[in-house]
Amino acid sequence: MADTAKNAQPSAADGQTRRDFLLQAASTVGVVGTGIALWPFVHSMNPAADTLALSTTDVDLSAIKPGQAITVVWRGSPVFVRSRTAEEIASAQAVNLSELRDPQADAIRVKNPQWLIVVGICTHLGCVPLGQKPTDPRGEWGGWFCPCHGSQYDTSGRIRKGPAPKNLAVPAYQFTSDTTVRIG
Amino acid sequence: MSGFKSNNTVVNWVEDRLPVFSMLRHSAIEYPTPKNLNYWWNFGSLAAVTLVIMIVTGLFLAMSYTPHSALAFDSVERIMRDVNYGWLLRYLHSNGASMFFILVYIHIFRGLYYGSYKAPRELLWFIGIAIYLAMMATGFLGYVLPWGQMSFWGATVITNLFSAFPLIGDSIVTLLWGGFSVDNPTLNRFFALHFLLPFVIVGLVALHVWALHSVKSNNPLGIDMNGPQDAIPFHPYYTIKDLFGIGVFLMVYMAFVFWAPNFFGEADNYIPANPMLTPPHIVPEWYYLPFYAILRAFTVDLWFIPAKLLGVVAMFGAILILFALPWLDSSKVRSATFRPLYRQFFWLFVLNAFVLGYCGAKPTTDLLVTVSQVATAYYFAHFLIVLPWLSRKEKTLALPASISAPVVKAIAIGAMLLIGATGFSGTAQANTATHELLKPEGGFSWTGVFGRYDRASLKRGWQVYHEVCANCHGLKLVAFRNLAAVGLTPEEIKAIAAEKEVQDGPNDEGAMFQRPARPSDRMLSPYANDKVAASIHGGAVPPDLSLITKARVNGPNYVYSLLLGYPDVLPEDAAIPEGKMYNTYFPGYAIGMPQQVFEDAVSYADGTKATKEQIAKDVVTFLNWAAEPELEARKSLGVKVMVFLALLTALLFALKRQIWKDVH
Ligand code: FES
Repeated sequence: MADTAKNAQPSAADGQTRRDFLLQAASTVGVVGTGIALWPFVHSMNPAADTLALSTTDVDLSAIKPGQAITVVWRGSPVFVRSRTAEEIASAQAVNLSELRDPQADAIRVKNPQWLIVVGICTHLGCVPLGQKPTDPRGEWGGWFCPCHGSQYDTSGRIRKGPAPKNLAVPAYQFTSDTTVRIG
Repeated sequence: MSGFKSNNTVVNWVEDRLPVFSMLRHSAIEYPTPKNLNYWWNFGSLAAVTLVIMIVTGLFLAMSYTPHSALAFDSVERIMRDVNYGWLLRYLHSNGASMFFILVYIHIFRGLYYGSYKAPRELLWFIGIAIYLAMMATGFLGYVLPWGQMSFWGATVITNLFSAFPLIGDSIVTLLWGGFSVDNPTLNRFFALHFLLPFVIVGLVALHVWALHSVKSNNPLGIDMNGPQDAIPFHPYYTIKDLFGIGVFLMVYMAFVFWAPNFFGEADNYIPANPMLTPPHIVPEWYYLPFYAILRAFTVDLWFIPAKLLGVVAMFGAILILFALPWLDSSKVRSATFRPLYRQFFWLFVLNAFVLGYCGAKPTTDLLVTVSQVATAYYFAHFLIVLPWLSRKEKTLALPASISAPVVKAIAIGAMLLIGATGFSGTAQANTATHELLKPEGGFSWTGVFGRYDRASLKRGWQVYHEVCANCHGLKLVAFRNLAAVGLTPEEIKAIAAEKEVQDGPNDEGAMFQRPARPSDRMLSPYANDKVAASIHGGAVPPDLSLITKARVNGPNYVYSLLLGYPDVLPEDAAIPEGKMYNTYFPGYAIGMPQQVFEDAVSYADGTKATKEQIAKDVVTFLNWAAEPELEARKSLGVKVMVFLALLTALLFALKRQIWKDVH
């Protein structure tokens, strides 16, 4: 030990830089790797392939009379399918867009004015609004009334009053025939 | 400890109220460690890392698993097929269990070799045994959860062990089951306990480390540290050494996860649990095999004690005897390095454990029972006769004055791993098939490190399945949409799905109705239920093929051989019952399925000549894809992970050398 002491100074300094470099390189690689390794765990909580694949629901419209509505299940959530009366269509179309919190013309919310198809989930905090049954409260605009915190939707499913920020969402759908529609 | 002061006021604020920082510094940084620890001392920290991996993967698996006897098997397959990276989580978990036991066994044998159980480390040793027992329980409970045949019958056999106890035995078993056989209540409680026990283990590990830090680590010389010259601080010396060890370990672990994920498993566990049918040869998980051999070694009653009870008592005794070890071995010298005779007996004991393990893995024969009996006798003799005798008689070598003095290096130990690797292969092969399996010319495309499915073969195989197999066999874990991976377009998939009718409903009138299948539907069996299938096929139900290549030992070659295994001329002694066919490769030779693979049985869309061998190879390729759709993603991710780990481990090794270069 004693006879190497005089050479120790430069080589120790060399060793120090080398050690610092290795320490930094190893830490960087280790931290990055651990970070990447977390992704499979997080991603495993996202919807699985079979869940994503179950994304269409067929609805038979033939039995729904004007003024009536049905609720169907799509991706585990309620979807409101409503056959609107002429007055309901007229009132939905007559609205001045500047009055709306989330301005959208009725025409872009429907494919066929008779049929309003919206996701039946209040955009406030996720309750299912009332208004599907004739005996339900439908709010001042004759659409839906959310019992949780009082949001009111009109006959186009647009938010008119209460805490909800957005209109009821319109799911992707297509008419597969005059009387059937495929949601999703 | 009280002298801790940092420049950081937040740290000081916390430290004054809860001395975590001084504790950390005391036990993870300054902790004085013998400077001569060899790599056998890495296994404790490796086991701790594995415990964390097991808990994390287990937690995420639990988010997708359903502990119900009717749903559990399929929920595991859903994890394998549909949950994002679910296959990775599951293979990490199932192989992690085996890794955990390998590490802990090495850790235990290291303790035995270097006398780490002796005073003052008896409590440390006891806590270690408690951890091992808790691991055994956790491993067993976890193996039941996939609810395959081995899960179910393993659960049945192990819980029935308790019925050996006189008077209360049967009541205990009923209590464990929550019914009159292993069933849904059993699965529910096993899941709950399997979730709980790892946290108990974490608590025990904390005690283990605490006890370790009060008595300090043993070392290869087995002598106490004399003073500061024998010790070095834990950090950075052993933190870097442990990290390097982790890098090497992860590479071994990941090699199994990505390339041999079912190496430690049993093919039978890919068959859903069937309470009416025990598989021909059942074995527990490999880590219980030596004890299983001890259990089976007792075949005759002793006076009034039934053999069954003897076996159970011996099996539990084989573990519990470890608690008496510090007193059975009273030699003052700890390390086998200085106990020449003990060292021989130690290796004899290791060998004996492997012999027991081998016996436990194989079907019982008279010879193996005798071997098990001798090995069991020796197992107990080692503790009850050899060790006490050695403690008194052995002439130990002179101990060096201190750790710093040069010593003989530990002897090479690789033999242990070697016997293990050779003894392990193919544990649960029911030795019914005596004929060597056929292999396709050129082998299967997907084997090997970079193996991928041959796309053309896969598509042809689908055609064979669709036109031939599907007439009797379902593929219920595969949805039509999955066929995109085979190379079908969305339109083709829609059209193929629409050929099949599936039940749906109830409609608004409350009636069930048939509708054309959609891509998201699964390829169900053509029969409404097993009873219909059995009545049509003379009592035999055509099995679902989703997992067939995984559910048979050497599955791809087995299915390939089976399809081609109908000889033109039957052997003279072939006695085949009415309505059955002769098949060279089927266990028992009498198979319900007539030959399906003929020259030109299909006419391939791509013009390939449909020889028998070609058809068989193609359909096996397709069926293996159905069983392991994740295979390509698995192998390609594996290559990336390995490259990364190699880089990291190399850096850690270089850093370790830098840090350690001045320690002598
Ligand atoms: S959730 Fe509908 S108003 Fe709050």
